[in-house]
Formats: sequence, structure tokens, C-alpha cells
Amino acid sequence: MLQTISLLVENKPGALMRITGVLSSRGWNIDSLTVARTIDPAQSRMTIVVDIDPELRRQVIKQMNKLINVLQATDLTESLAVCREMALVRVRATAETRTGILKDAEMYGARVVDATGDGFGLECTGPAEKVEEFIDAIRNFGDIDVTRSGIVAVSMESRKLRLAPPIPAAAAGNGAEELPSC
Amino acid sequence: MSNLMSGAKILIECLLRENVECMFGYPGGVTLPFYDVLFEGKVKHYLVRHEENACFAAEGYARSTGKVGVCCATSGPGATNLVTGLVDALMDSIPVVALTGQVTTKLIGSDAFQEADTFGITRACTKHNFLVKSPGDIPQAIHEAFYIAASGRPGPVLVDIPKDVFIGSAHYSPVSTIHLPGYKFSQEGHTGQIRRAAQMMWEANRPIVYAGGGIVAAGASDLLRELVEAIDAPTVCTLMGLGGLPSGHPNFISMPGMHGSYAANMAMTHADLIIGLGVRFDDRVTGRLDAFAPHARVIHVDIDPVEIGKNRVADLPIVGDVKRVLERMNRVVAELSPFQKERNAAARKAWKDQIAAWRAEHPLIPAVSDAEIKPQHLVREIDRVSGGEAIVCSDVGQHQMWGAQFLRFNRPRLWINSGGLGAMGFGLPSAIGAQVANPGRRVFALVGDGGFQMSIPELSTIASNRLPVKIVVMNNGYLGMVRQWQELFYNNRLSAVCLDSFPDAVKLAGAYGFPGRTVEDPKEIGQAIDEAVDYPGPYLLNVKVTPFECVYPMVPAGGAINEMVLGPPKPVAV
Ligand SMILES: Cc1ncc(C[n+]2csc(CCOP(=O)(O)OP(=O)(O)O)c2C)c(N)n1
Ligand SMILES: [Mg+2]
Repeated sequence: MLQTISLLVENKPGALMRITGVLSSRGWNIDSLTVARTIDPAQSRMTIVVDIDPELRRQVIKQMNKLINVLQATDLTESLAVCREMALVRVRATAETRTGILKDAEMYGARVVDATGDGFGLECTGPAEKVEEFIDAIRNFGDIDVTRSGIVAVSMESRKLRLAPPIPAAAAGNGAEELPSC
Repeated sequence: MSNLMSGAKILIECLLRENVECMFGYPGGVTLPFYDVLFEGKVKHYLVRHEENACFAAEGYARSTGKVGVCCATSGPGATNLVTGLVDALMDSIPVVALTGQVTTKLIGSDAFQEADTFGITRACTKHNFLVKSPGDIPQAIHEAFYIAASGRPGPVLVDIPKDVFIGSAHYSPVSTIHLPGYKFSQEGHTGQIRRAAQMMWEANRPIVYAGGGIVAAGASDLLRELVEAIDAPTVCTLMGLGGLPSGHPNFISMPGMHGSYAANMAMTHADLIIGLGVRFDDRVTGRLDAFAPHARVIHVDIDPVEIGKNRVADLPIVGDVKRVLERMNRVVAELSPFQKERNAAARKAWKDQIAAWRAEHPLIPAVSDAEIKPQHLVREIDRVSGGEAIVCSDVGQHQMWGAQFLRFNRPRLWINSGGLGAMGFGLPSAIGAQVANPGRRVFALVGDGGFQMSIPELSTIASNRLPVKIVVMNNGYLGMVRQWQELFYNNRLSAVCLDSFPDAVKLAGAYGFPGRTVEDPKEIGQAIDEAVDYPGPYLLNVKVTPFECVYPMVPAGGAINEMVLGPPKPVAV
């Protein structure tokens, strides 16, 4: 089953590697992954879709939260969230197929982002299923090239961001209890 | 006031601020600037003979004290040699900070001489790691590394430092704060849950406390004892938790699991309440999961939320530091005591009687013979001189399991071994770290003839530092644990397990300048152990034991823990 998770991540070197590393080392398959900066350039937002046994969903979130660079991990699978995907499609068009392609594009709300003598570049955005249907429809017109963005999601519930406060450096020191000697 | 200092000097300042007294390491090209500063002797450096052993020694230091152990290696091969030790520390939640040199920043990514992607390689081997890009960033990275290593669920943290960062300078002023906004852990535990847990403990008819390495890590053994006595619950301690409750305590049964006692495994199987404290329901403890403790409700206290519900669903989870949780739990338990104590007294008594009966039915008794030295006999002799007070650093194999079965530990941090990873070659180097940290305490390295030969180079470290480690080789001439599995599950086809050509122990130890001895006669073993212990320095005791002994009880891989093989003749299903 697909699980959609949203991560707020510190923009630190290796953060992406840690996240994908934990997922793959536990044998969890990444279906899609997107990442980009947030308004705060020190943070990134990632949306990851994992193909996983529903029983493991909590484990995935806990494993993500355990990472020091992850500020917040949220399971959006069954919560109020908007999930969207974009596909860019290049399709060859002939005199016969041009109108058909444009009609289908219009039906799916796709935009023509490039038009040349031999074809179109189309941009389709929407829920993943709709994007898939669109791709299937266009495929009927001949060979196509597709690049999909993977899912981006935003939660529609406000969630409090719990962060650890700063602490004094070297406060713990290296002084643990000593064994009485014998 | 700040002043200009080299990165290497800044690093030393930071280590001193973290109260680091010593470290274990091995130098190389890119760490030269750091070793040049170490020359000044502000932090004592122990030169090991292989980087893996630097990490194991740091672990021995950490495991025996609770302090952060520090190790150091050069780039490339030095760093890759650390990997086994880092994974070991990760599996057993041991606080270690590893410092590695890296090739000069400009050369990173050019496949330069002795370049390895240490940051990438150790991502999966550490709790967290850092690559420091400039001398000014060292303080932040080091203090964060120590904090991460020691706090929450402890673990290894690696800091990779390029050569030019050691050499370059920056204005050093001690950083006052560190901020890791994403590093959150709950310490206190949920009040309501703690109350409900105490209630469940009183209500249970057949409770059992299952205590693990978390008790040791948290320094919660006194609180564990208080709880166990208050609710009068039988208790098992895992391989990592031995000593968490003194072995001689009347409520202590033994270690549970694959080589646990009959009584411990039967008690786990028949309990109606398992009180898991700082444990992770590891497969070596639970055996086949779906048959594990089928009648029990589970209280699970751990600082790492990931562990809760990972293997066994917890009916009552409590995320928190087991010490803090027990402090409050014990108070609630005491509060409820007057109302609860008598209610199920009869059921409780029957439960204790049942456990006593299981113990009597199949006790853990060391085999002894007049003709040959039984391995169990050897362990008993170590136990005799230790009296539950010596540190015993074990390697991995049969000797380790017999150690866990027959050694007594009056307190935590005495039984030191590679639990989760089961890394051969751990025993001797970890004893180095333990002895360095505890100069006044007796330290044994209890090692197999296989594991010992993985660590022979460290005899040199022991000799040069005159560390009075008592090395006891349980020499059965085989990779005993693997041989046991071949005997039991592969028709005794002994493939690649025979260890002939063991070196002459007297000559070997003599070559390093300390005494050694080989014993074969069971009548001599007691005296030989005394001699080793009385000698004021390192000692190598090579004990030839019966080769074909197997460790029992044994739960075959994938079996339920109540389906133990109890002894050699034929499997007894219970
Ligand atoms: C580094 C490493 N390699 C292999 C193993 C697999 N293994 C587990 S126990 C064992 C045999 C250990 O033999 P020895 O040190 O003689 O101890 P014994 O079991 O005979 O007491 C082996 C090979 C391991 N645990 N660690
Ligand atoms: Mg052996």
C-alpha cells in the first residue's frame, strides 16, 4: 500500500542520504520522492511515497523522526491533505492527430507548453490517478516521452511543530558514575 | 576573548571541554597535524594495533563507565577499519565519538590517495555523522557529536575532519550553546501511562520483569531492584542487561532466549504480564515471535519510540528514559501497594513456586569432570575469583554464552560483550578500554581460540601499557559455536571450523614480555587462575577444554523459546 509522508528537514549535507538510507536499509521501497526548499532556506520539505505494508506505517514515521536532521515527519496517507503530481509529456503529432491530442489535453486540463511542427509539450497537473489517465490517453496517439514529478503534498491540518530548544554546549561533560574499585 | 588557533588545537580544546581524558587510535597521513598536537599530552592517546580495535577499546571504556569513549583513525583504510566497531556500538547503543581524518577539502571527490567516502560509508554505521568543512566549525560539530552520542538512546557519532581543516586556523572561542532542533526525545514518560502500568503490575498474577541494556545505559539498576522487590516479580536480564539486577538476587532467574535457562524461557512463555524495561524484543530473546509469550500483556518502557511495537505490540507503551520512568513508577507502585498487595497473593505465590519448580527441573549447572576441563568448569573458576565483582570482557561464541550463564555480576557494567552485532575480535580490545578506564579493577578478557586470534596484535598494546588484563582463552580447538550448529543441524559435517596450530601460549606471551601458561588438567585450573590473578600484570592463560561440548539449553533458530533443546542426547520438546 502506498503511504504518503511529508518531511520537514534541516537543509544540511547528507540529510537526503540519511532519509533514503533508512528507508532502503529496512527494505522499504520508495515510490516517489520530491524535495525543495521551504520559505526558510535553511529547511526543505520532502514528500515521499513509500510502498509499504500498512502495519509498518507508524514505524516509517518513527524512523524518520529519529533522524537528527528531520524536524517533523507526518503521515498524510489518511489525513486531510492535498496531493498533486505533474507530468510533462512530449508527444509527436501529425496532421491527423493534432486535434485529438489538443482535445484530450483540454479535457484533462493540461496545458500546451511547447508546440513545434512535429508535436507538443504538454503539462498536466492533478491527483496522481488523473495524471496517469492523461498519460494513457495521450499514449494512444503514438510514442511519447514522460517525466513525472512525483507527488507533492501539503497537509490541510495545522500541526504544531515541536522543536528541541538550544542547550548549553559540553554541559553533560564526560563524567559518568565511576565504579567503586575492588 | 578569542584567539587564533589551528583546527587541530581547537579540536583538543573541545575534547578537553568534554572532559575527555584518553582516546584510542592509530595515526596516518591526514591526521598528522592532529597527532602533532596530541604530542603535547593534554589528552592521553593509546596506540592500538588496528583501528577496529580502537573502536572496540573505546567501547570497552564506554561500556564499563557510561562515559563517551573516543577513538581516532586516519582517512581511507583507517576509517573503513573502524566500521565494524561503529556498527557494534550502534547495535548495542554505546556512546562513542569517532574522529577520522579526511583528505584535504579540495581533493574530496577526486579519488585522492587514501580517500574514502567516510561520511557516506558511516551513515549507516552511526547514530549521526559530520563532515567538518572549516576549522571554525569544529567546536559546534564536536559538542554536538558528544551530546548526540551520550543522550537519548546512546550511540556512535563520527566526525570526519579534512587535513586542511586541522591545519587551517580560526578564532576559537568556546561555543556556549548547541542547537539540534530535530533531535527530540522524551525522557519523562507519560504520567497516566505510568500509573496504568503500576496498576497492571499489581493486577497481574504471573508478572515477569524483562530488563535489558537500557537499564545499564540509564544507570537505573538500583531503581530496577526497588521495583522488582516492591512487586516481588521474577526477573530476567538480557545478555546486555546482565548485572542490571545482581545475579545473586532472589528474584533473578537468568538470561532468557536462545541460550537462556529453562526456567527463564518457561517463565516468559507462561507470564501474563511482561514488564519490558530498556529492551528491544530481540529475536535472540523472543525466538519465533508469534509463539513468544502468548498469554502476556506487555508493558514496554524505552527511550526510543522506534523500538516500541517494532517486534512485539506493546499493550502499554511508555516512551522515556527508563531511569526517570522508574523513579516515578516506583512511587506509584508504592502508593498502590497497600490496596493491592493481598489481592492476588495466592496466585503470586503459585507463580513463584512454579518458577522454582522449573528451576529445580532443569537447573543451570556447570558440567565438571575429573578427566578434562569442561568449558563450564573454567567459567566457574573465573567466577570464583571474580566473586561477581570483576569486569569480564567476552568475545563471541560458546564461551560467551557459558559466561552469560555462569558468571555472576553484582552490579552493571561488569559484563561487557558484543551483543547485537556479535563481532568476534571484540573481547581483548574491549578489555583494554575497560582496564584503562578502571585501573583498580580486575579485568578479564574471556575469549575463544578463534576470536583471540583475531586480536593477537593487541597483546602489544597490553604489553606496552602494562595493562594487567587477565586473558583467558577458552581453547576448544574449534570455532565452537559454528561447530555446534554444524553438529546439530548439518549432520556433524565440520566444515572450516577446526583451529589447529594454536600458538604456544607461553612463548606467545613471552614474546610480548609477560607470562603465559597452558593448562589441560582440571586439577590445575583453579591454581592456574589464581596464579594469573595474583601476577601483577598482564597474563595469558590458555585453557584447553573439551572440544565437543555444546551450549545448552538451546532454542534452535526460528523455534519458540519454550521448545528448548535441553541437552545432548535428544531434543526434548516441552
Ligand atoms: C567477525 C565474526 N566472524 C564470524 C562470526 C561467526 N561466528 C560466531 S561464533 C564463531 C566461533 C567463535 O569461535 P571461538 O572464538 O573459538 O569461540 P568458541 O565458540 O569456540 O567459544 C563464529 C565464527 C562472528 N560472530 N564474528
Ligand atoms: Mg573455540
